[in-house]
Amino acid sequence: MNFKHKYFFLFPGLFVLIGILIFPIIFVVRLSLSGWNSYNPGLDYIGLENYIRLFTDDPRFWESFFRLSFLSVTTVILQYVIGFALAHMVWKDIKFKRFFRVLFLVPMMTTPVIMTVIWRTFFHESLGPVNDMLSIFGVAPKWLTDPVIAKFTVIIVEVWQWTPFMFLLLLAGLLSLPKEPFLAAAIDGASPVRKFIYVTFPLMAPISIGAIIIRLIEASKIMDTVYVLTSGGPGTSTETSSFYIFIKGLREFQMGYAASMSFTYLIIMIISLTIIAKVLTKLLLKE
Amino acid sequence: MNKLYIFLKYFFIVVWTVFVVAPFLWALTTSFKDFQSVNGGVTYIPWLDFEPNLEGWKVLIKSPARGGVDIIEPYFNSLFVTCTASLISIILGTLSAYALSRYTFKAGFVKNNDITFFFISQRIMPPIVLSIPFFLFLSSINLLDSLTGLIVVYIVLLMPIAVWIMVDFFNKVPREIDETALIDGCNPYQAFLKVVLPNSIPGLIVAGMFCIIFGWIDFFFAFILTFTEVQLLPVKIVALNSSVTPWWSLSASALVSVAPLIIVAFIVERYLSKGNLSGAIK
Repeated sequence: MNFKHKYFFLFPGLFVLIGILIFPIIFVVRLSLSGWNSYNPGLDYIGLENYIRLFTDDPRFWESFFRLSFLSVTTVILQYVIGFALAHMVWKDIKFKRFFRVLFLVPMMTTPVIMTVIWRTFFHESLGPVNDMLSIFGVAPKWLTDPVIAKFTVIIVEVWQWTPFMFLLLLAGLLSLPKEPFLAAAIDGASPVRKFIYVTFPLMAPISIGAIIIRLIEASKIMDTVYVLTSGGPGTSTETSSFYIFIKGLREFQMGYAASMSFTYLIIMIISLTIIAKVLTKLLLKE
Repeated sequence: MNKLYIFLKYFFIVVWTVFVVAPFLWALTTSFKDFQSVNGGVTYIPWLDFEPNLEGWKVLIKSPARGGVDIIEPYFNSLFVTCTASLISIILGTLSAYALSRYTFKAGFVKNNDITFFFISQRIMPPIVLSIPFFLFLSSINLLDSLTGLIVVYIVLLMPIAVWIMVDFFNKVPREIDETALIDGCNPYQAFLKVVLPNSIPGLIVAGMFCIIFGWIDFFFAFILTFTEVQLLPVKIVALNSSVTPWWSLSASALVSVAPLIIVAFIVERYLSKGNLSGAIK
């Protein structure tokens, strides 16, 4: 095909994206080498001071990072298991198939922060329905103010919100599978469990990897839910990296320091997601 | 064995359905409550537990001067920003995706896959990383607190999605159809507009749906980059949460904001059942 035309197709999109992004990224790096804060706004040069502070004197950042890892890995595992189960159930003919498919998709169409506002009233410790029903059993968990339980509340809300996305990706995958392996399994008289282990699951492995990685990328940004549900509290027990950077940068206006944290966070994210992708591919695709 | 499996299956489906529906039902009943029935203990059933009224819904359309919430303007702002950013992302993303699917690019070690990955990898970028420079950048060119500024930012969020879906979709559209068009005397642009695009409508719809979903549900950038002049719907509703919480209008506004995308759920399901999504998502 003609040589020159291809650039006319590619470049508008590519250059708009680079054009919008190039300045912010360079600026974050430059800002991270400055001491910009509310007393002293400006791009002075203080070398690696911010990074030294981050790596030697800020346990709160690393705690928030491990909390983020815990929250995102747990939610994605739960979403994968539940999403796969749901997709498998409405894959073949069941009654009201299309109704359930739409219903299971609905949560991902809702704005997370807005639903979280509703969840906040739902888990309200004295006026919410959850504790009202649990009062039959004489328990009243502190959903939002207990450091341990608050983490699980965040997980519950995240699972509600994003399992549908996993469900969508996996169902689309299931619907695209070839029919022959299932016919062969049926002829061999394989039980449903064996069919799942030896036919469905291996065939779904590539799609599973894709879906898990897409969800991990999105889950690593958990922030909206936390902001509305607990504001990182009680104390710092549900604070994630994004939220901590947000507090330092746009609440306390320590722009320079926040920039060094966000750059570090971005690098860690890219490295760890690459490693996870490699490991998952090795684990699930052993041929 | 089989009976147990079927029982477990329906049991699980019912449990999950209850879990999915519960917050919506709670919001629906709460939206008809007043101060008394929210704060006097937990109530569920209208008329039986509490006397329903429409106050929560009425304040939504009243102006703030008369004690209302006025979500109409934020609603249209959200709609406008989402649709404009989605449209721009789809147009630019589709062109790039077409190029990446049909032509080969090579610049040093950078090949087609690397360019595609560059587009998609923008989703990895945590919003917080971009928020600080965007905040300073937009304030320096006076676009902070404006619709234009938000649209620019949303293009970064949405174009990767458009490219991701459309590259896979174009890979499924047979090359022969553009080659035939070229032989028939079309130039590449005509071939793209008249032959390839009409054959890609399902892909465009799916990509459009995803752009609209991810644009509509964004809160973070709207929260950081706008203040008073321009308000988007999520920010407005979350702001309701901070003061003495009027649960009834909160619930009503939440339901109003969620409603339009329920239609999107139906459309996505339609394309899913037809098998048009399976190629797009891989």
